[in-house]
Amino acid sequence: MDFEFSEEQQLLKDSIEGLLGDKYGFEARKKILEGTDGWSRELWKQYAELGILGLPFAEEHGGIDGGPVETMIVMETMGKALTLEPYLPTVVLAGGFIRRFGTDAQKNKYLPQIAEGKITGAFAHTERQSRYDLFDVKTTAKASGGGFTLDGQKSVVLNGDQADFIVVTARVSGNQRDKDGLALFIVDAKASGVSRRGYRTVDGLTAAEIQLSGVTVEADALIGKPGAAYPLIEQIVDDGIAALCGEAVGVFSALTEATTDYLRTRKQFGVNIGAFQVLQHRNVEMLIAAEQAKSMALLATMMVNEKDAVQRHKTMAAAKTQIGRSAQFVGEQAIQLHGGIGMTMELKVGHWFKRATAIDIQFGDADYHLEQFGQMGGFETAA
Amino acid sequence: MDLNFTKEEIAFRDEVRDFFKKNVPAETKKRLIEGRKLEKDDIVNWQRILNKKGWAVYQWPKQYGGTGWTAVQKYIFLEELQRAPAPDPLPFAVSMVGPVIYTFGSEEQKKHFLPRIANLDDWWCQGFSEPGAGSDLAGLSTKAIREGDHWIINGQKTWTTLAQYADCIFVLARTDAKAKKQEGISFILCDMKTPGITVRPIQLIDGGKEVNEVFFDNVKVPYENLVGQENRGWDYAKFLLGNERTGIARVGISKERIRRLKELAKIEVSGGKPMMEDPRFRAKISQVEVELKALEMTQMRVVAAEGKRRDNKPDPASSILKIKGSEIQQNITDLLMEVVGPFALPFTDEDDMGSNELPIAPGYAGPLAPIYFNYRKVSIYGGSNEIQKNIIAKAILGL
Repeated sequence: MDFEFSEEQQLLKDSIEGLLGDKYGFEARKKILEGTDGWSRELWKQYAELGILGLPFAEEHGGIDGGPVETMIVMETMGKALTLEPYLPTVVLAGGFIRRFGTDAQKNKYLPQIAEGKITGAFAHTERQSRYDLFDVKTTAKASGGGFTLDGQKSVVLNGDQADFIVVTARVSGNQRDKDGLALFIVDAKASGVSRRGYRTVDGLTAAEIQLSGVTVEADALIGKPGAAYPLIEQIVDDGIAALCGEAVGVFSALTEATTDYLRTRKQFGVNIGAFQVLQHRNVEMLIAAEQAKSMALLATMMVNEKDAVQRHKTMAAAKTQIGRSAQFVGEQAIQLHGGIGMTMELKVGHWFKRATAIDIQFGDADYHLEQFGQMGGFETAA
Repeated sequence: MDLNFTKEEIAFRDEVRDFFKKNVPAETKKRLIEGRKLEKDDIVNWQRILNKKGWAVYQWPKQYGGTGWTAVQKYIFLEELQRAPAPDPLPFAVSMVGPVIYTFGSEEQKKHFLPRIANLDDWWCQGFSEPGAGSDLAGLSTKAIREGDHWIINGQKTWTTLAQYADCIFVLARTDAKAKKQEGISFILCDMKTPGITVRPIQLIDGGKEVNEVFFDNVKVPYENLVGQENRGWDYAKFLLGNERTGIARVGISKERIRRLKELAKIEVSGGKPMMEDPRFRAKISQVEVELKALEMTQMRVVAAEGKRRDNKPDPASSILKIKGSEIQQNITDLLMEVVGPFALPFTDEDDMGSNELPIAPGYAGPLAPIYFNYRKVSIYGGSNEIQKNIIAKAILGL
């Protein structure tokens, strides 16, 4: 039992903190946010130089063979800095499918390019009706001429507007809510029949609605076996949840610290408002919520490669529940304790709060995962 | 980073688990599972079983009878003890007065008291709180005045848990009325049979009488019963209260209670279906389970850090244990009461227990409302949760 980072992990943490500390001040971030892309391609190159764009990939694919702890370190630091680059959709989700389940040819084609910062990716899964259920897919894939033809509509696809390649879920057989019959395809974003409508999400990131109209792909675009994609989707979403938990830890600790600093310096009635017990206790409760979330993020990180899918999924559901609850509490209290200034876009607190809110919603909110966790029987079994 | 126990630690856990499985007396175990009050004999017998094995004062230094276990081993032991379930070794003796005696006491005190504590030959109770000194403990007014080679103690203590069983009491008393309030207090050991001590039981909202008032009326105690130096008692009291940080989360007990809760939720029916299948009730159980898992991880972080800390600063995570641990315990007792519905209402007086009358069905429901009422205490004792938040605000947030 050991919660300390190794020397290499500490080094990774220091170097990315160093880079983001330099480049992600409030004004610099504002400039990036207001640019056309909404994120910095220049910084993306620097991430590549640091090695973090190939973090989880094998060395032969231009990666550095990092594990879940390394991903957590990167995500936590990005949460603190509130970065805008499409790290999660590219490296963890779309890249994750290829890393874990892709063919050698797919790995050779995509992973080195991701690691070098040349391409970004997206995972197109959610549909209008699916909400958070991973099996609820209407988009179809019909076999045609040795390949497949895809038709359907995907919603709120992170980085969907700018991605160079998109990992798409589609149904090869069965009914809309069957777990069997799903398949995964790598689709070139510029392929004929792909139309994208990009927009900003509430936290300033970018996403898209993607229409697939008779998009044809070759058989080599397929990830895994057709019809058997559900466990693969579960695994990558679990990876995504663990990564988001790590990011949330960075966001929550930043919100808590910023609030403590504010209580120490803001004067009313002739004293620092931190002298008031009612505000002290609220800040302590934020700290507790942030620490509980950190504990679950650590557990999620440790369980993300667990082979027993039920145990893994159950842990992720519990972790995401805790993260969601803490997100709402820590975020709302940070705004409340800052008062009027917390309502503005002129302080980072509001931006962190919005990201925390988005983190709760992504891949299923606290109530959704609580129900999942309960359906899987929880951790303890009846005496 | 590695959340797993080592092979040696797993072997240790299995050894401890096996010992508890074979050695916790069946009746004691049953009482704990059902949430009934333990008798004095339950606790004494069990501690003597532990002492025979050399585990009664496992957390003490080896030279005083402890085990020399690592922080992780101690954590495993406590976790297994709670999930067995088995009674805690008497905290007032083993976790409170024992460490004060071996750290600050005289050689005679160590020699006389420590082995008797380990074997529970003396039942100890705690003479700290007073009617006028609760959260503000240093405001206590019980006085000990030196007369020759004796102390004369006058005053009143309260919330004294299980004083009705006690052979000895450790008392915080004011020995210098002129000093600043923290600086005039001494730590004195008393035999409960000393003339002038009276014990009055207090009935609590659960109907039981586990706490008492203890009155001191010209109680004459030998001078050498003073622990350490005169007027340094506040330091010893702070040491005592800060001594055990991790056990306070009581994760193992909460896990055991959740298993019990799920068992009852399968039996009890609502709307024609087991409570366990009611989405609202199941969501409540799930929510507390999630929080408990987070607390367990937080506790592991504290334990893992314990062996490595050089400074004396409190670990931010450790302060959460008391607050979150008590909230979770209370939440579970609430659900345990809720699960039996109207059968939470019939009240069985503790004094009638063991009578031949059949229990009002279902039998397991009887203790559940009383536990709910009783467990309001866990966010009050040992420094209320509000006091804990003051401590965190000051020591960790620097507010």
